Amino acid sequence: MQNPYLPYPVRIDEIITETEDKSLKTFKFVFLNASDEDKFTYESGQFGELSIAGLGEIPIGIASSPVEKGFIKFTVFKTGKVTSYLHAMKEGDIMGVRGPLGHPFPWETLEGKNIVIIGGGFAFTTLRSSIISILDPANRSKFKDIHVIYGARSPGMLLYKEELAEWAQRDDINMNITVDGTDDPDWKYLTGFVPTITEQKAPPGNDDTYAIICGPPIMIKFTQPVLDNLGYSHDNIIMSLENRMKCGIGICGRCNIGKEFVCKDGPVFTLSQLNNMPKEY
Amino acid sequence: MKLIKIDQQNWNTGIEKAKSAYRVFGPVKEKNDYEFKVLGTNEMPDLNFRNTRLSPKSIIYPQSQVMFTYSIDETKDDCRIMKEVENVTSPMAIIGVRPCDALSFPIVRRNFDTPEYQDTYWIKAYEATTFVGLACNSACDTCFCTSAGTGPFGEEGLDVLIIKDGDDFYTKIITPKGEAFAESAGWGKKEQTDITAKIKELKTAAEASVSSTVSTDKLKNKTILDLYDAPFWEEEAFACINCGTCTYVCPTCWCFDVQDETHGKSGIRMRNWDSCMFPLFTHHASGHNPRNNKYERVRQRFMHKLKYYVDKYDSGIQCVGCGRCIRLCPVNIDIRKICDKMNSFDTESCKCEATSS
Repeated sequence: MQNPYLPYPVRIDEIITETEDKSLKTFKFVFLNASDEDKFTYESGQFGELSIAGLGEIPIGIASSPVEKGFIKFTVFKTGKVTSYLHAMKEGDIMGVRGPLGHPFPWETLEGKNIVIIGGGFAFTTLRSSIISILDPANRSKFKDIHVIYGARSPGMLLYKEELAEWAQRDDINMNITVDGTDDPDWKYLTGFVPTITEQKAPPGNDDTYAIICGPPIMIKFTQPVLDNLGYSHDNIIMSLENRMKCGIGICGRCNIGKEFVCKDGPVFTLSQLNNMPKEY
Repeated sequence: MKLIKIDQQNWNTGIEKAKSAYRVFGPVKEKNDYEFKVLGTNEMPDLNFRNTRLSPKSIIYPQSQVMFTYSIDETKDDCRIMKEVENVTSPMAIIGVRPCDALSFPIVRRNFDTPEYQDTYWIKAYEATTFVGLACNSACDTCFCTSAGTGPFGEEGLDVLIIKDGDDFYTKIITPKGEAFAESAGWGKKEQTDITAKIKELKTAAEASVSSTVSTDKLKNKTILDLYDAPFWEEEAFACINCGTCTYVCPTCWCFDVQDETHGKSGIRMRNWDSCMFPLFTHHASGHNPRNNKYERVRQRFMHKLKYYVDKYDSGIQCVGCGRCIRLCPVNIDIRKICDKMNSFDTESCKCEATSS
């Protein structure tokens, strides 16, 4: 019997400060025991529990993609006890990771389909993982058109800026990068809130088109009617939820929404599924 | 299954013998109540109780349990690496488990022992334990076991069932674990006796003494949202003070918190019983709380036990009818009343009446 609460020891290999306010950092971890990397076989959309001895654990979406080997990456917003401590840690420090946890985005269903990826603020981490996976030469042909709508408050608050610029140059992905507002004269992408940009740029909904949405509640609230108007069926709208978690494996009892545990039965749900669940998130 | 009859003397010597092979737990009188304790030499389980104040839940699932140890000493190679605590559980036997409490273990097992994940701590303790039950010859007036999936002579979750008749102990050996226990108690060679008729008589009388019931037959047919949106939750929760007593004393409540505690350079990661009655249980780091209001937490407790569990495992309710939460609630919230409300809730008629509460 394997103890599901035991974290794999990892070393912080690299720390990248992502945003101008320094509230978001990406941590690249390398497993201390190479064999643990094989056990941590994941798909885009899953999460892990980052564990710091003496502080506790936090559930964080996996920002790296399974096609990136030798490390795993998590982008963490500094907000509570564990994340604040983590933000003060250094490259070379030892901590732990448990996972992969939860269900990934439904990649089998998404094969052969158009995908519209809609993200806002710092909820772009598992979406970054998804884009890296989709654009991998071995995978790109499995999907039809890929649209990305990603917005942040200002240019300095966007995550993964270099990669965004790189993707914007490609012809096999339609990037729509937007900010709420900016006075930067060199800003070469869009200005406007995510729901508005979605209205303008997202393809119309049909059986072959799926939307994956991750973002703050306010963005989701205003994007959903836009997708309804564009003709997206609720089965084709995929969301990833968050709730307070401890165990991450459906046992400790706190993250439930109705009979589903966000950690184990989610965090990925279709809007159709969510329509039949209490709004306890 | 084997039926044997044991007299008082054989009972005493048997329990004493069993202590060489098992850590034996039994009810012991503590002030006004009974608690399960490890029995020392010549200490006998005191079977003159209706039910213990707390169920034997904590023997399998301690209120506070060390999961890992760690060091934060930077000079050590294993600094900040979690180490599993030695988790070898020697055989235990719990004497005097009431049938309601016995049923709680298979109910809770569905949570801790899943196809995907096995909670090693719970499972090892559970597997190391032999459950020696004690049938109830008469019920308390808060008992509703007969409509909660068991009864005063219920056997589910038990390895042995003892039926006390005066000075005699009628002993039903139900499982191989139970046989092994009987063997180590020296009861193994005892002749099977025909006490079936006598047991049946006691059982009928005991069942007749259970005076309260709940109706659960219509819970499955309603949708989660129908019951979740029912108009009675705020009213039912009005008196609740969110003290958490109900979850603490409940044999089927299993929620826990995980905390790290460091002393000097070393520490432990432990889990502690937690409660859906507490606002912090679901409080996000952002400050948002999906169950911010008291009635939402009260609703969670009852919906979990009486609807979510029923739907998730396609089974009966997550309640064994022990009545502890009713007896110990400081504001008299009664799960029987809520269960009946939920069961009889008519979505259609409610829509017409507009929300009456």
